[in-house]
Amino acid sequence: MNLTRRDVMALGAGGAALAMLPLPASAADQAAIDAAIQKFTGGAKPKTSGVKLTAPEIAENGNTVPVEVEADGATEILVIAPNNPLPEVFKASFGPLSGGSSASTRIRLAGTQDLTAIAKMKDGSFAMAKRTVKVTIGGCGG
Amino acid sequence: MKDIRPRVKVPATVKAGEAFTVKTLINHPMVSGFGKDKKTGKTIPREIINHFSCDFEGQNVIAMELDPAISANPYIQFQAKVDKSGTMTFTWKDDDGSVYTKTAPVKVG
Amino acid sequence: MKRTQLKTVLAVAAVAALALAGVARADEAMAPDMSKVLEINGEKMITHTKAPKNIPGLSEIYSGWLFRSPSTQQMETDDIDNPGMTGEAMGETEWTNVDGTEGKSCASCHGDLAKMKGVRTHMPKVNKDGVLWSMENYINDCRTNRMGAKPWKWSGADMQDMVAAISVQSRGMPMDVQTDGPAAKYWKEGEKMYYTRYGQLQLSCANCHEDHYGDNIRADHLSQGQINGFPTYRLKTGKLTSIQNRFKGCIRDTRAHTYAEGSPELTALELYVASRGNGLSVEGVAVRP
Repeated sequence: MNLTRRDVMALGAGGAALAMLPLPASAADQAAIDAAIQKFTGGAKPKTSGVKLTAPEIAENGNTVPVEVEADGATEILVIAPNNPLPEVFKASFGPLSGGSSASTRIRLAGTQDLTAIAKMKDGSFAMAKRTVKVTIGGCGG
Repeated sequence: MKDIRPRVKVPATVKAGEAFTVKTLINHPMVSGFGKDKKTGKTIPREIINHFSCDFEGQNVIAMELDPAISANPYIQFQAKVDKSGTMTFTWKDDDGSVYTKTAPVKVG
Repeated sequence: MKRTQLKTVLAVAAVAALALAGVARADEAMAPDMSKVLEINGEKMITHTKAPKNIPGLSEIYSGWLFRSPSTQQMETDDIDNPGMTGEAMGETEWTNVDGTEGKSCASCHGDLAKMKGVRTHMPKVNKDGVLWSMENYINDCRTNRMGAKPWKWSGADMQDMVAAISVQSRGMPMDVQTDGPAAKYWKEGEKMYYTRYGQLQLSCANCHEDHYGDNIRADHLSQGQINGFPTYRLKTGKLTSIQNRFKGCIRDTRAHTYAEGSPELTALELYVASRGNGLSVEGVAVRP
């Protein structure tokens, strides 16, 4: 097949549109996401305030994305990446010598998605925060 | 044989009962189990550090269950507070059964 | 498989678009945010300065660090935050490890690793036989001829851990490769390569890294392609990357057959590219996407 420059450009435009979509083929299904949340909350409905989830709006590379979760008064925090093949990212449990219910690490994200953190509070209630992280595909072998 | 060497960073001195930042870094490829061998097409089996914990003189600071979404060479940062000087113990558990530990003195001053 | 192909075509299209739009522009355009200061463990690095006189295509030179996002920049500011330093620690231990038939370690001849201070600033360098060598060549020469040990693979973890350990000793010092005297002919060759268009896309190093630094190539923010930070920990691979491995990646992106790591061509190019950063700090182990 002969690709003219115009063909390549046209393909590129289509590809660009495709690349904006999440990656349904590799992502966990909704049931798996629901199960992970259900297991943690026992079905309780989380409040939408009380958790701070920090992550870059645009990740320079999806293989190493810095994230920080913080929820004052939380005993446990679960982080979920719904479009990853396995939604669970980590679960932090804070002991008696914890100096504040926060944890930072670096994570892998399989495409743009709404990163989710759910905190279990001392009183047994739950709180949740979401943050969209855009994962771009670089131009140079990214 | 994997050569795993954890690193930790704790302030030189801390104040009794006041929160301080602890940073940890460990070299580990964190093989997710979702990748495929380019030549054979076979899935490369998962091998990750699946658990991290930090304790101080027998009391827990933080424990974390880690999944394959944690990046290679896991970095973990958190807050701790202590009332007295003592030893902080860090533990990483590998899928292959290995346990890596590191200790750091904490001085209240 | 389908995805990969699509990605490739897409990358090609983007590069092509860039080349088409590529009206060469003034050097001062698209300078990075220079209010950002890189301190590693509290020590200030030189991340921008006047371009060397023999690089007429640039007036100012910038470390790749300046082009990165705040979260990536932050990872390089402290050794505990820098995942590449796990490799450097391996290299540090290897320095005193006896290997090979002669019962020697690096330290047997060279003494303390700290004595390697300054070495990185002069690499690549013409050896006593008049041949241009990269640090990897010097390391393998020691291993095979002095230690009786097996040579390491150019971009293997052993090699790049050692390159990192030696580089860190010069951290903060300005790059200062020789470009005249016995190095002149290699430098000229490297300069010629830098401006030669390669591959199906007909792109030279300069097309991206001189004419378009600061611009985006799809989602990537193009830097000047400086190598003062190498070996570099890449967020993408989670590993230390060698200078010449990165060159191969760039050449591959032009859809060309690449030269081998350690080839005279890539070593000459390494000298020339290093000279474009003369004056920028050795960053030891940089962190880049």
